Amino acid sequence: MKKVGVIGAGMTLFRRRLQETGKEMCFEAAKMALESAGLTRADVDMVVNGTAPDAFDGVHMKGEYLLDGCGGYRKPYTRVFTGGGTGVFSSIAGWWHVASGLADVVLVVNEEKMSSCQPHPQSVFAHIWDPILDRPLKPNLIWIFAMEMNRYMHVYGVKKEDIARVAVKNKRNAVGHPCAQLADPNITVDDVLNSEVLAWPVQRLDISPPSDGASAVVLASEDFIRRRRIKDRAWISGVGWCIDSTMWTDRDLHFPEYVARAAKQAYKMAKISDPKRQIDFAEPYDPFDYKELHHLEGLLLAKKGEAPVLTREGVTERDGDLPVCPSGGLLGVGNPIAATMGMKIGEVFWQLTGQAGKRQIPHEVHTGVSQAWGDLMQYGCVMVMSS
Amino acid sequence: MRVGIIGVGMTAFRPSTPEYSWKELMFEAASRAYADAGVDPRTDVDSFLTCAEDYYEGFGIFDEFVPDQLGATLRRMCTVSGDGLQGLANAFMQIQTGLVNVAVVEAHSKISDLLTLDGVIEHALDPIWNKPLGGHPYLVAGLEADAFLRQTRTSPKALAAVVVKNRTNALRNPLAAYGAAVDEDHVLRSEERFAPLRALDISNPADGCVVLVLASEAAAKKLHANPVWIRGIGWSSDSPSLETRDWSQAVYAQLAAQMAYRLAKVRRPVSEIDFAEVDDRFSYKELQHLEALGLAKKGEAGRNVMQGEYGSDGRLPVNVSGGSLGCGNVFEATGLHRAAEVAQQLRGEAGSHQLDGVRIGLAQSWRFVPTATGAVAVLGVGR
Repeated sequence: MKKVGVIGAGMTLFRRRLQETGKEMCFEAAKMALESAGLTRADVDMVVNGTAPDAFDGVHMKGEYLLDGCGGYRKPYTRVFTGGGTGVFSSIAGWWHVASGLADVVLVVNEEKMSSCQPHPQSVFAHIWDPILDRPLKPNLIWIFAMEMNRYMHVYGVKKEDIARVAVKNKRNAVGHPCAQLADPNITVDDVLNSEVLAWPVQRLDISPPSDGASAVVLASEDFIRRRRIKDRAWISGVGWCIDSTMWTDRDLHFPEYVARAAKQAYKMAKISDPKRQIDFAEPYDPFDYKELHHLEGLLLAKKGEAPVLTREGVTERDGDLPVCPSGGLLGVGNPIAATMGMKIGEVFWQLTGQAGKRQIPHEVHTGVSQAWGDLMQYGCVMVMSS
Repeated sequence: MRVGIIGVGMTAFRPSTPEYSWKELMFEAASRAYADAGVDPRTDVDSFLTCAEDYYEGFGIFDEFVPDQLGATLRRMCTVSGDGLQGLANAFMQIQTGLVNVAVVEAHSKISDLLTLDGVIEHALDPIWNKPLGGHPYLVAGLEADAFLRQTRTSPKALAAVVVKNRTNALRNPLAAYGAAVDEDHVLRSEERFAPLRALDISNPADGCVVLVLASEAAAKKLHANPVWIRGIGWSSDSPSLETRDWSQAVYAQLAAQMAYRLAKVRRPVSEIDFAEVDDRFSYKELQHLEALGLAKKGEAGRNVMQGEYGSDGRLPVNVSGGSLGCGNVFEATGLHRAAEVAQQLRGEAGSHQLDGVRIGLAQSWRFVPTATGAVAVLGVGR
């Protein structure tokens, strides 16, 4: 197994509607990532693309369409797709391209353009359900996440205001992020609790927004990094991915077992036996505020039901003992599904190499974990990186 | 580290399969592959990959619907939005890292569920530059066939020879959907569709599923398997835009072959490759691909096929399975089907269409119109 490092990252603005086409956003992000690594397209051996449902863009085989924007012209190019999990998963795919020895430098480009879907991208999610068992009930995503949130609150006796603290923390953290869509330095728990109820207990400010955006990272082998004397690098020390059954109605929703299994794989590979002590900060997937808590427990960084307590006590603030979503996360920066790689893989790279600017964690950090969640509340993927 | 195919499972290919859901098709092929490899997916398999595109499936996120019928629940699984051979390449890399010992690759077509196939393929055209023109997407293949025939001075009769060979070959393949005793006249007198392509030059859609089990050399030994080795694999893409790609030759196949040959240490493909399964979803594609793969000199594939060189008793048997013209177009499963066919031949288990004494074979795929993406795998047995 070859050692693989992240050596560059870039992301576009995240906005509700961007003028740029998907290809153009990919180009921008890819160019930024290559420039930050000091490389050009000629140095890239292979390209991996990550992008979620084709129906957002209304383009069949969206990976082929985005190919030239991603720099894949006349190169080995693959698109991988694990729903929302793509935000971290495409980098895992990039990792195996390099770790296998087949490539020295891999460019990973993730894109999502949700605004072309009229009137709202939620309509695409009407087609993610089992056509016989689920679709006749006309479910939407907010409903089922409301069920999961309710279950989580019920089993552990979690108060809504402790969940709202996550939204407040992340939207405030995003203030230092140049790409952020929903940063707000003055937001309070009351603002979240008083926002419009969409499907109880989910309220408007509990949810990340739909966004347009793209992000990119550059991965390289240890040989290449040494040969080119690249200073800013973060090593990928563990990866894990896991899917649960399609039948989401058949499992208890209070704990994401699939995330825990993916985390255990990644920790085993990274030789981490005590994640709470050995992980310095985390970028778990936070499309809803309760998901950050759910995922912290899945990542074994908190006991079951303990994540809301850690949040209330300030442990997960940027200057706390375990900073969580120092980037501002999906709640603050935006949620162009696959392109959230910029706040997951990108942010961990920037934090570990001291390039996070205003978002830099004030104390020294050596090991960070990022995680994404996807499909029908069933997919977890985890990457551990260390300096 | 060597990586080998230790299990092959396929369903029959059929124009429609109303008795099966896509999950049942996958379950059948997977069960066959697991029985063939002698593995239990719940304990022996480390990683699962499926190759699918949302629009072909009629779902928003098809990845959701894969784990249960493959035995992948609460295990590593992912979707490669690409042809089956691209899935095979990713499984190959996963095993090469050392993290995964046994991997499963699945690809399928349940295209008969799709009421609007033409409309779906049309949605793959560039939404700004090409789709508004309102042409049928197969026009791209017609224009490319025309460019190929002109540039290489190939006779349209050569296209007919490809169709006759592949549909006749399919008569000896019990899994094939479209075996038929057609002759050159049938092809040349069939309805004109996308000039110079006629009705019989175009493969017809089929349903079916293919599952392969892959293992590292050490894992294969432990499972007492006799693997078909993946000696080399490569994949590549030319420009996605119709305006800027090379129309006369399949650059993607040429680049993918270069990579696969480099890994397989194949220097002279013409003499080292015993037989090939290449993408023939339009008749001219077989000839264009053979030239791109270096298995025919530029401009000679047409003459060779007319002289019978690519027949099952010819110098280089091509598409002995019947190819897509004979078996049916199974979309993203096309490449994996060809790899499975090559593996069966190399194991000597191809039944009524078995070739004699083959040691090394090539499988090649293309992602269909309007893409310029493809992959190549070189498979072999023995040391």
